[in-house]
Amino acid sequence: MSHLTELAAIILFGIGFTLLLVDRNLIKKIIGFSMTDSGMYLYLAAKGYITGRKAPIVVNGVTEMEAYINPIPAGLVLTGIVVSVASSAVMLALTVRLYRRYGTLNIDEIADRAGRAGKEDA
Amino acid sequence: MALWQSIPFACILIPLFGAAVCSVLPRRIARGWATGLVALVMGLSCWFVMEMQSFQGSYAYPMGHFGAPIGNELKAGPMEAVMGLMFSGLTLICLIGGARRLEKDITEGRLGLYHALILLMLSALMAQVYTNDLFTAYVFVEIMTIAGCGLIAARAQKGQALVSAVRYMVMNLIGSALFLLGIILLYDLTGHLLMPNLREAVAALHAEGQYDLQLTIVVALLCTGLAAKGALFPFHTWVPDAYSNGTPTSSALLASLVSKSYIVLLVKVALRVIGADVIISTDVHDVMFGFGIIGMLAGSIVAIRSSDVRRMIAWSSVAQIGYIFMGIGLGTEAGMKAALFHIIAHAAAKSILFLAVEPLSDASGGHSSLSYLRGAGFRSPLAGVAFTVGALSLTGLPLLGGFVSKLNLGLAALDCGGAHAWIALAALALSTLLNVLYMVRIVLVIWSRGEAPEGSPAAVTGNRLDFALIMLITANVGLFFFASPIMASLQVGIGLFG
Repeated sequence: MSHLTELAAIILFGIGFTLLLVDRNLIKKIIGFSMTDSGMYLYLAAKGYITGRKAPIVVNGVTEMEAYINPIPAGLVLTGIVVSVASSAVMLALTVRLYRRYGTLNIDEIADRAGRAGKEDA
Repeated sequence: MALWQSIPFACILIPLFGAAVCSVLPRRIARGWATGLVALVMGLSCWFVMEMQSFQGSYAYPMGHFGAPIGNELKAGPMEAVMGLMFSGLTLICLIGGARRLEKDITEGRLGLYHALILLMLSALMAQVYTNDLFTAYVFVEIMTIAGCGLIAARAQKGQALVSAVRYMVMNLIGSALFLLGIILLYDLTGHLLMPNLREAVAALHAEGQYDLQLTIVVALLCTGLAAKGALFPFHTWVPDAYSNGTPTSSALLASLVSKSYIVLLVKVALRVIGADVIISTDVHDVMFGFGIIGMLAGSIVAIRSSDVRRMIAWSSVAQIGYIFMGIGLGTEAGMKAALFHIIAHAAAKSILFLAVEPLSDASGGHSSLSYLRGAGFRSPLAGVAFTVGALSLTGLPLLGGFVSKLNLGLAALDCGGAHAWIALAALALSTLLNVLYMVRIVLVIWSRGEAPEGSPAAVTGNRLDFALIMLITANVGLFFFASPIMASLQVGIGLFG
């Protein structure tokens, strides 16, 4: 049995997590976050798959448990995707507002400009 | 099953649906609706605590009557009841206390949405206290993350608030990713998500001794993820900006409740999912102990060096989270109990500081830097008294809640013996000294004679803030006088928690 899918998932997670942690560009951070989550979901889905079985949807009246894979990992992945879509949307909305206000996507640059603007207000 | 046993379920569901309705209500009605619902949840939690007193035990509540291992469960006992009451009560007080300021900080049309976020946050808090399922906990952790982001970013006319919201989001997403990875690997190892089943499977794996490395990785991931979200040093980088730029209600809620709920969840994972003996065999608790100690000292040192009062309070949060993790990291039941008491004591003290600093700085021309606050206590007496109570409680003066938690942390460390005891006691002594250096300094400055800076408006706190401050002063003093029954119920609670 090969573990290629899991391997791909781990590589995806690694790339995504590094981007999320290290990169200063907000859009790349969000891409990194999406990749991190995708990597984890891929891992979960791969672990839940049993070779030769079908998705757990009853067709043609086959009701034996042995015909289908475990539906729980698939359910978890679906829930997780919803959660990460919501988080990405929030991050993107914040990024749009920050870009309109400060004209850059670099988080350090933005913090710098916001700090200067805050001092001028005070 | 008696009617009162459905209270935990109601406490999660009422604010969740209330939030959906709240987002479309007009501004005036939205505020009343949200405050009313939070008060309702608090009333229910009160009733629940009273029923728990006579029930003397804990019970699992199967959602939709599907039993384990298929169904989803809630579990409630005396400790969950106390935590639920504290979370809902403090949400109500912060909401009432910051109401006047909210109208100034939040643009007209957004007030309804802001209150919807508060309700979502309350629902997530309650779910984290009561849930018995690890994946449900994750989903509500994410709901809380997004609600918290909205609470910080709500003061959007101030650019720094948006920047701190992004910083908060990035650190929290890293935390969630690690936490989720821990859950996935644990599910992979055991095939369960319900906490009691997980506990059985983990105990079996541990006894077999074959998967020790994997278990250590899982424990490390779960603890790191939750510690990152709970703002333990070195994951605290977003804290000072987020707390000092938000509107007072947001800062008070985030500092006293949101970061605490992750710690409650961490305690739950430690006791109910993994088991204290397995945690100790992996040595992850020593890492938390070490970072807790560093946080205690580093937070206070930075607080001393800053000149802005709001930032000082924010940095002191970093130090106080360190105390809590030090207690958990001792790895004994006494340490856990002291840490849980400190969660309550710190929540009461920190929310009072964030609410009281607002009228004080208003009475000093809107500045929050220490040099402008000279004599602010005389210009806004009730806020001055409230701030003094909060600051002295955090310093650990007798007659206030903070004293009891420091005493218990010290006693727990002594019980532990060995190197832990010496390091913990030395760190406690040193950090108390550092606390005195900045907390008492602020108190002395606001009570020393001085002229108000130019253009200060007359200090108006308003009835609602007065009410909130008086309630919080009572809570801080009450925590000292009722410390022994609270500790006793935590003792019983921890026993039933696992």
